[in-house]
Amino acid sequence: MTTLLDVRNVSKRFAMGGILSRKHVDAVIDVSFTLESGTPEIFTIIGESGSGKTTLARMILGLEEPSEGDINFEGVSAAERKDRAARLSFMRRVQPVFQNPFEAFNPLKQVERYLEATARTLLGLKDKAEIEAAMDGALQKVGLSYREIKGRYAHELSGGQLQRVAIARALIPEPALLITDEPVSMVDASLRMSIVNLLRDLRDKFGVSVIYITHDLATAYYISDRIMIMQKGYVVEMGPARPVLDAPEHAYSRLLKESVLSIEDAGSGKLEPADRSMAKAAWEATGEGQLVARDGGRLVRVAR
Amino acid sequence: MADTDDILTVRGLKAYYQMAYFGIEREVRAVDDVTLSIRRNEIYGIAGESSSGKTSLIKVLAAAIRPPLKVVDGSLTYRFGDLEIDPYKARKEEVDAIRWKHLSYIMQGSMSVLNPVRRIKHSFTDFALRPMGVPKNIFWERTKAHLERLNLSPDVLNAYPHELSGGMRQRVTIALATVCQPEFIIADEPTTALDVVVQKDVLAMIRNVQQQMGSSVVFVTHDMSVHANMADRIGIVYAGRLVEEGPTRTLFTAPKHPYTAHLVGSLPRIGDTSAKSALEGRPPNLADPPPGCRFHPRCPLAIEKCKTEVPPLATVGESHRSACWRADDVRPLTTISHRAEAVL
Amino acid sequence: MFAVIRDLTRYNIEFAIGCLLVGIITLFALASFFAPVAPTMIYTVPPDMPPSMTYWFGTNSRGQDLFWQLSYAFRNTLTFGVLVAIISRIISITVGLLAGYLGGWVDRVLMFFNDIFVSLPIFPLLILVYFVLRSNLDMFTLALIMGCLGWPFDARLIRSVSLGLRHREFTRHATFSGMSPRKIMFEEHLPYVMPIVLSTAIANMIWSIGMEVTLAVLGFTNLNIPTVGTTLYWANNHSAMIVGVWWWILIPVVLIVALFIGLFLLTVSLNEYIDPRSRLRRMGGA
Repeated sequence: MTTLLDVRNVSKRFAMGGILSRKHVDAVIDVSFTLESGTPEIFTIIGESGSGKTTLARMILGLEEPSEGDINFEGVSAAERKDRAARLSFMRRVQPVFQNPFEAFNPLKQVERYLEATARTLLGLKDKAEIEAAMDGALQKVGLSYREIKGRYAHELSGGQLQRVAIARALIPEPALLITDEPVSMVDASLRMSIVNLLRDLRDKFGVSVIYITHDLATAYYISDRIMIMQKGYVVEMGPARPVLDAPEHAYSRLLKESVLSIEDAGSGKLEPADRSMAKAAWEATGEGQLVARDGGRLVRVAR
Repeated sequence: MADTDDILTVRGLKAYYQMAYFGIEREVRAVDDVTLSIRRNEIYGIAGESSSGKTSLIKVLAAAIRPPLKVVDGSLTYRFGDLEIDPYKARKEEVDAIRWKHLSYIMQGSMSVLNPVRRIKHSFTDFALRPMGVPKNIFWERTKAHLERLNLSPDVLNAYPHELSGGMRQRVTIALATVCQPEFIIADEPTTALDVVVQKDVLAMIRNVQQQMGSSVVFVTHDMSVHANMADRIGIVYAGRLVEEGPTRTLFTAPKHPYTAHLVGSLPRIGDTSAKSALEGRPPNLADPPPGCRFHPRCPLAIEKCKTEVPPLATVGESHRSACWRADDVRPLTTISHRAEAVL
Repeated sequence: MFAVIRDLTRYNIEFAIGCLLVGIITLFALASFFAPVAPTMIYTVPPDMPPSMTYWFGTNSRGQDLFWQLSYAFRNTLTFGVLVAIISRIISITVGLLAGYLGGWVDRVLMFFNDIFVSLPIFPLLILVYFVLRSNLDMFTLALIMGCLGWPFDARLIRSVSLGLRHREFTRHATFSGMSPRKIMFEEHLPYVMPIVLSTAIANMIWSIGMEVTLAVLGFTNLNIPTVGTTLYWANNHSAMIVGVWWWILIPVVLIVALFIGLFLLTVSLNEYIDPRSRLRRMGGA
């Protein structure tokens, strides 16, 4: 079994402010995880805003350079992808899906333009019929067809359809890894599950691994194989998704779980503010502690 | 229920966007024939997707509409004590006089209310001093007491908005909207941009302030799990129409509209591994809605009648109304347990 | 396109008047192709005749029919304005998009040159050019020089729009679709920049024509080429106002003012039409 993605001891530090009052913000601190090729999985990264999950995704995509550590994709690190040819071959294997489908398509252009460009540059297709076949094939995977989107503009499609087109676009080069940053947060409630189910189908039917970044624990529970919970740049708990979410061990994970609004007991009007003291105390105690292994492949950060 | 128990009565309300751009005229029926009433001392949730008209509906309720959105038909009556007012028939000064004092608005983005370059206290004087109508020292006394009641330190008054976190800013805007003890509060997705932990805090705060003051809150969000925890009653809006309305528990356990049943049934939950499905199709374009029941193209229960005849919002149970020809055939997609019932 | 123009003329009175004014002047300029006389010939008609049925715009003291003379003049002036606009647009689009999208050192170098051009004193520079080239200074050379001077402000404007577009999600989406930077700049970003390009193009025409008139009136251009400016120069040279040949000055001035008003109205109405937000709304979106 070979390694698909190897994130090793990655940190990212941003410099803020001017010359005199220079400050550093640590967005991601010492994160390590690996995805194996051959066993496609949905790997979820969970955290609040400011937890570093989006920065981590940007580093994996090569949009940001890690300050420390290494990110290897199929044995090649981001630093080795300097020229356009190397970046294009990286894009054939790793593709992003963005948060807001309405923003991801130029509103003045037809949506198929992005699919066509992908088929032309990343697959190297020249013939119009071949390009259309590639587009249609990818759209079929997401439950659409080329006929449905031909000549359409972004505003003529719903958020759910548009997000599916975006996913189809990402699938054209048949990548091994999709990186999706909050892909359903802007999609309507009645269409949200179609996207979530689609991500699951990609894993099961087409063998695509997915890094699913979200703050929604419920959908994470629903589709993920493994989960990584981040707090202030640190990984606080990581492991198989359902056991971790069923019985979170780290105080912050427990806080997140308790904050999920339950629909059991709807209308009872009971709503207690989340109890932060526990997570705060845990942060003070274990904040920069170390990750230790627990049974069942779980890692938890504990005080050093 | 006696009519005077209602703080707001809306009858046959229609509000359309009427636009003409370079010769192309468009009419969008954002609020189409809505009849509802809001009781005193309750949280009324309005649920709907983007472009379902729910934002237009609350703008109409808040008397905060601007052309091209126009009220074309129907009536809207507020009862604040002895004062009875229809903002669309009253004079502008009368409408201005009820703002903040009787009717206030919590918006999605706190930055649109708080002036970014001035301290928080200036926002309080700008908005609330005149409606409260008391001398400055009493105003500050009341403001500080109000902040304390909401577990906010009076120190926030001296802060600039950018010095506060997003959740804290949202709490300050809630304090600002409620400092005059209004009887009617409209909250437009106040927690959508917030993280899960902060969201729960802010929701608990709104609930808390509502219970303390006994006000009525109209709470708008597309997130059904928020409604489950906040609302006493929920109105479901689809394509500009109210399609179902009822007590929160009833809607979650025994919905009588297939759209509601889907919204509730498709929510993923921790601990629930069953497959959830999405609705086919897409929300209709309000400029050209389908005939008959607007939900019929996506409805699993649709029959011929649904394609031609508009179902009325009919009573289907105790304070439970549904606009569906096949309301009796609607079954909940998942069972939702009730700890409260289990105890009984 | 045709429907758009029809709608614009029907619903936008500024656009209709602007079109009418610019249209009349353009037709008048095109008439020069059917002129019975060459514009450089003098004493072909009796001099100093006031406007009449035979000579619509009268004749000047050099014995030229002012109607045909001005027709040539406007053809040259308009061509000059359009030329300057095209040249300066090409430079400002290229510089603005490159600086905005590529950023980094490309941005710094381009903006360094941009700032130099902003601070150049254009008028003395043009006079210097005239003294160097003298009668070698033809229309095209002058247009080229002015085109190379008239871009920096608009380039900065385009750069600022492009900077905003660079961070939009669709730009990253385009990158991951394998589109090259050139394709992203000129196909994804250019449509957003086009409104600025069009409205500044007309403003640029007003600027360059005004500049040409000023230079010519002062005698700092090739006076053998009939333009609106040189016409006024010769009128002034022959003391037209004092001699009482008022039509020699009044008619060109009225026509050039009409052209300026027409161009200005077109900018205003086009700005409103092309604005991407209102354009999206018309397309039925947002």
